[in-house]
This record gives sequence, C-alpha cells and structure tokens, in this order.
Amino acid sequence: MPSNNEDMTRRKLLREGLWGACLVGAGTAAGLSVARNNQDNMVWQIDPYKCIGCGNCATYCVLEHSAVKCVQAYAICGYCDLCTGYLVPEPKALDTGAENELCPTGAIKRTYVEDPYYEYTIDETLCNGCGKCVKGCLAFGNGSLFLQVRHDRCKNCNECSIAAACPSQAYKRVPADQPYLLKKVDLKE
Amino acid sequence: MTRFACITVFSMVLLVPCLNALGELRFPPPEFESGYRFPEGAPLPAARPVLYEYADAVLLVVALLLASYLILKRRSRRAIFVLMIAALFYFGFWREGCICPIGAIQNVTLTAFDSTYAIPLAAAAFFVIPLVFTLFCGRVFCGAVCPLGAIQDAVLIHPVAVPRWLESGLRLLAYTYLAAAVLFAALGSAFLICRYDPFIGFFRLTGNWNILILGASLLVIGLFVGRPYCRFLCPYGVILRHLSRLSKRRVTITPNECIQCRLCEDACPFGAIREPTEDWPEGEYKIAKKRLVLFLVLLPVLVAAGGWGGYALKERLARMHPRVRTAERVYLEETGQVTGTTNASDAFRTTGQASDTLYQDATDIRNQFALGGALLGAFVGFVAGGKLVALSVRRRRTEYEADPAGCFACGRCYQSCPKEHERLKKIKEAVAGR
Repeated sequence: MPSNNEDMTRRKLLREGLWGACLVGAGTAAGLSVARNNQDNMVWQIDPYKCIGCGNCATYCVLEHSAVKCVQAYAICGYCDLCTGYLVPEPKALDTGAENELCPTGAIKRTYVEDPYYEYTIDETLCNGCGKCVKGCLAFGNGSLFLQVRHDRCKNCNECSIAAACPSQAYKRVPADQPYLLKKVDLKE
Repeated sequence: MTRFACITVFSMVLLVPCLNALGELRFPPPEFESGYRFPEGAPLPAARPVLYEYADAVLLVVALLLASYLILKRRSRRAIFVLMIAALFYFGFWREGCICPIGAIQNVTLTAFDSTYAIPLAAAAFFVIPLVFTLFCGRVFCGAVCPLGAIQDAVLIHPVAVPRWLESGLRLLAYTYLAAAVLFAALGSAFLICRYDPFIGFFRLTGNWNILILGASLLVIGLFVGRPYCRFLCPYGVILRHLSRLSKRRVTITPNECIQCRLCEDACPFGAIREPTEDWPEGEYKIAKKRLVLFLVLLPVLVAAGGWGGYALKERLARMHPRVRTAERVYLEETGQVTGTTNASDAFRTTGQASDTLYQDATDIRNQFALGGALLGAFVGFVAGGKLVALSVRRRRTEYEADPAGCFACGRCYQSCPKEHERLKKIKEAVAGR
C-alpha cells in the first residue's frame, strides 16, 4: 500500500493534469471559434424571397412594437390603382377611405402620380410589421412590398424569437456590415 | 368602382400568378410621363457597431479581475455586492442580457457542429473568459458578474435551508437542461437556453408573458431559496461547478484556524458550507461499503436506462426541429388525415420542393435525434448514478469550508467568521498605529 505522502502526490498530479486539460479545452474552444469567425458580428434578417407574410413578425418579437417593418421596392412596384397590398379584397372604392385600407395601422400612404398610377409609401413610425400588405402584394401584385428587420430597433437576440416561429424559415444570420436583404428587380430582359 | 367591377378585376389578376415564377413582374413597372422619380427615403439604419461587442468583452474581463480581487484578496461582502449590482445594471439592464455566457454555450456548440455558422467573437469570448477565470479563481463570475445571479441575489431576503438530498436531486435538472441545450443547438433545432431565459424579460422591461411569469415565480421563490436558477437550472453553472473544483484559488472562509463556531454555515444561503467529518462509525462502515458497491453496480444500469429512455423520446425531441414539424404536417395533409393547410405547409409548397425531399430530411433529423436522445439520456443517467456514488463516499474535512463546486463566491461567510473580524481589527489597528 502506498504511503499517504505518495498518495497525496498522485492525487495532486491528477488534479493538475485535469486542470491543464480544462485550460487546453477552453483554449481549443476559443481557438476553434476564432478560426471560424468572420471578423464581423452576425445579425438577424428576413430573406424576402422566402417570406410569406404570415404575420408572426408583428406578434413574436420580444419587443412590444416589433423590430420588423415593411419596405417598398419602388423599382418593382407596379403603381397599380387596384393595389392588393393597399386595398382590402372587395373594397367599396379605390381610395384612401379607412374602410378600404388593408393596413391595420394605416401605415401605407397612397398618392396619385399620373393616370393611372399611384405611389405607395410606408410610414415607418406606424408600420407594425404584420405583413398583411406583403401577403397581398405577393398574392396578386409584383411583390414589391417586403419585410425587413430594422437594426435600430432589433435587440439582436441570440435566438430570435420570430425566427423560431417563422413558418418559412426566412430568418437567417447575416454579416452586420451588410445587414439588409433587399429585393432587387429580377426582370429577365 | 362598383363591387362587380372589382370582382372582375380580381378574377383577372388571379389568372396571372404563374408569371412571377418565370422571373417576370406581373405588372410591368410604368414608364412615367410626368417626370416622376422614385422617392428616396431615409437610408436603412445600420447595425450596432461590432466595436461595442468587443468593448463588452473587455468590460467582462475588467469586471472579472475586479471580482477576483474583491472576493479573494479584499474579502469584503459590501464591495462584492456593489460590483454585483453594477454588473446587473450594465450586463443586465443596459446591455439587456444578451449576449451572456450561459447562452454562448449554444453558439459554441453550433460552431462545432455546423460548419456554415460563424460565431461572433463576442460570443466566443463570453463563453471562454469566465471558464478561464473559474480555473484560476473559482466561481467569481457567479458571485459578482453574472446579471442572472445578481438579480436573484439582490432579492434574497429570508433564506431557508434546502435539504442536501433535495438540492442534489433538483440539480439533476441543470444537468438535463445543459445536455438538452447542447443537443438542440448541435442539431440546429433551437436555442433552448435563450428561449427559456427567465430574467431577460425583466432586463428588457418587455417580453413574452409566459417567460415573465416564469421569471417572476423564480424571483418569488428566490426570496426564500437563494438563487434557485443558479442552483437548480443554470447550465453554465454546471460547467463552472466542475471547473471550480480544480481551481487554483478559491473562497476560504477563515483566514486562519477554524474555531468551529458554525456561524458561516448559518450565513450561507446556498447550503455551500461543508461541515467537518469524521471517519465512518464502525457499525456503519460495512453498510456504507455495501451501499457504495450497490451504487457502483447501479451506475451502468442507470446509464443504460437513461439511454433507452432518451432513445424512446426521439420522436418528441425531433419535433423541436421546424423541418420535422413541417414534414409531419405536410404528410397529414397529403394523406388526407387533416383538412386545410398551415402557414408552414403553405410556405413549403411555395418553395416547389418535392414532399419526398422533405420526408427524407425529416427522417435524417429523426435519426440524429435517436442518437442524440440516447446520448442525452445516458448522460443524465450517468450524472444521477455518479451523484449516488459521490453521496456514499465520505470525504475527510477537519474544518468548516466552502464547497468548491457549490460556492457562488458571494462573500457572505467572510463577515460571519469571528476570526475574520479579528484579522480586520488587527489591520485597522496596524493602519491606525502607523
């Protein structure tokens, strides 16, 4: 039987070894992370080509007033008089009457440009990111209205709770220096 | 326009949705004659500069250095408390609790399993730095820097003792939570720790009601049971426990010889003070030996049982993955077992993928969860068995000391120790005499 003294040494050796192994483990985790890192922070963004305008963005955000808001891509917009992103189905009249508007907060402004075109702009302070206009525009229009995470509002949660609830998995992490995924004109001419 | 006309236009519109698939716009953008130009709105706001994240990491190091000094050298509960509250305000209320080392477990796990995921440097730093400090100085992070610990420590008014067996049993929750969080992060299903972070709602002063209620309940329990989240749930605490056992330096209650007054035992609200032990009484020794052998035999049985149980849960675990949920719904719809569609199944159909691809993906993910679930269960079984073994081994201690694993380094025991007061008095006299 080993003497008490030796036993203590053995225990100490084991301890030191484990300690060193843990330090190396932590170092490896750090090293692996640095090797994988792309120098930039990652932020959440919606891929507008995957988004279906389900409405979860307005309700699942941890903020009371969602970080998601609508963006209008003017180059894609058809400037329709009968805009399915602006007007409820079967509107009483094609005008700015509240009973005709699809947007629950009245955040879309309709302005006459020239016959027969109307311009639609988003009032960001009113937009709550519900995506009703996005859905309408996707269904019957050019899809020029789309949702984006606003980075002045977004808390950049480690797990975005809207992303977890997104039915089309449209949320992804993008580099912070290019934090928007905008719709582009995709005409093949 | 009359309603009839509207319906007519809508029906015409309905005829053209296929155009979009060809990469053309349904309605060609107009050519304006009035010289109209696209309005230039305000530019989209930029993301938070990455420099801030680095500043947070630097602040974390500074806070941990200060915490180590206050806990190990200065030994002042008051100073520790002030630092803890400062950390609560900065990392909690100002930075709104994100990113934290607890959640960073998942980022590191995802980095190891998903080659496409690039971990932010701040997340890696927040994960590693407290680990390194724990290896050198014990759980100084828990004691004075972690905002989740701080908010619970601040509300603790009337601590009651939790029986040792109950404490050990409830701690199994934390191990399970850690294993589940790693599993779900590794398989890209969810960040459980972030989803169920109980205090983030308080830090942000807004949030999901269920989580706010969970946090409020933990704080109410925390009035009487010290730091319930840290002791029974925190997955990062599990890692720190084990590293703290190996730490170079840690909290030592008495500055010199213990007089066995037991005052520190009463002062510790977390049941982390271990009393001196003697050898087993002659009669009990044989029973204890038999019990130890029984538990050692039981250990592999528990591991096997846990593994089997985790394997049996694979279907339920896999359902945490959105792709599996979509596959199940699409299958039900296609076999006519349900009517109507959900947002997820609609979204899947707009991608134009074949259902078989989806089913194949779901099968793959289920298989991963079969292995992952078995490993998770085996781990939990191993921890439970290991705990039984550990409880039936008696370690020799000659004085009251802080349990290196369970001690949160809050510093409450210092001010309860009469020997410490003696030391402080001597210092005071020396300073006055000089």
